[in-house]
Amino acid sequence: MNEHVHKNCEELLGSLSAYIDGDLKPELCLELEKHLAGCDDCRVVLNTTKRTIDLVHSPVEKPDLPEDVRERLFKRLNLDNYLASKSE
Amino acid sequence: MQNEISLDALIAGDRAEFARLVDTYSSSIYRLGLRMLGNPQDAEDVLQNTFISALTHLQNFEGRSSVSTWLYRIAANEALMLIRKRKPEVDLAPDEDAESEENADGLKPRQIVDWSALPENELLAGEGKKILDGAINTLPETLRIVFLLRDVEGLSIKETADALNLTETNVKTRLLRARMFLREQLSGYYRERMIEEQK
Repeated sequence: MNEHVHKNCEELLGSLSAYIDGDLKPELCLELEKHLAGCDDCRVVLNTTKRTIDLVHSPVEKPDLPEDVRERLFKRLNLDNYLASKSE
Repeated sequence: MQNEISLDALIAGDRAEFARLVDTYSSSIYRLGLRMLGNPQDAEDVLQNTFISALTHLQNFEGRSSVSTWLYRIAANEALMLIRKRKPEVDLAPDEDAESEENADGLKPRQIVDWSALPENELLAGEGKKILDGAINTLPETLRIVFLLRDVEGLSIKETADALNLTETNVKTRLLRARMFLREQLSGYYRERMIEEQK
């Protein structure tokens, strides 16, 4: 925890999301990583934010379109002839 | 593997190709409608209006974005229009303060508890996913639409910006806010669970 300035935490927080997306400029990346190495709290925030996004992506359920909704949609679009040929 | 949708065929009025477009994107657009409006009837309206509008405006589509980004753009507009109609009290105008990167209020983490090492099955057991879904539904609409397009449907920052007519900086700021909000909500939940397990 050497020379840790907590004021930096809030400033660097704004870069966290871009950092996770691999979308942060290299010099800011370095600055953030240097800060993370010495700041337990920010590491927790980073890791739990990453996990939050992982959870969003976890394939628990991505429900298909209900068949009756699809049928009404096709009819509305005058695509009745193509109802049988589900192309997805 | 499915062939890509042919824009030329769509513009030429190929009905079979339009049906393929509908089948390719209707589940995603219906999900987006459900998440934005919160009920199946409104989600179905968003879905139908999106493809009717796409069919009407296909001739004007210049191909500056991909067909999918163009469709998401129509769907997002339809969803936001319906929200304006259903809930006129909701402010959909960008909040200048919230858009400012200097204004970090509301971003400051309150829950500092490390649940990131919990195994996936542990994370998904119980109410974790439900808490997350509930938290997504409580995000303000202007943040929720950005989060859904980027993190749920997997559009890039640029595609999300194109679909919502926002700058990439605005998308990034809103995404950060949405992610931090969800992190807070999940941290509160997992903190309780970890305390219970230690008892």
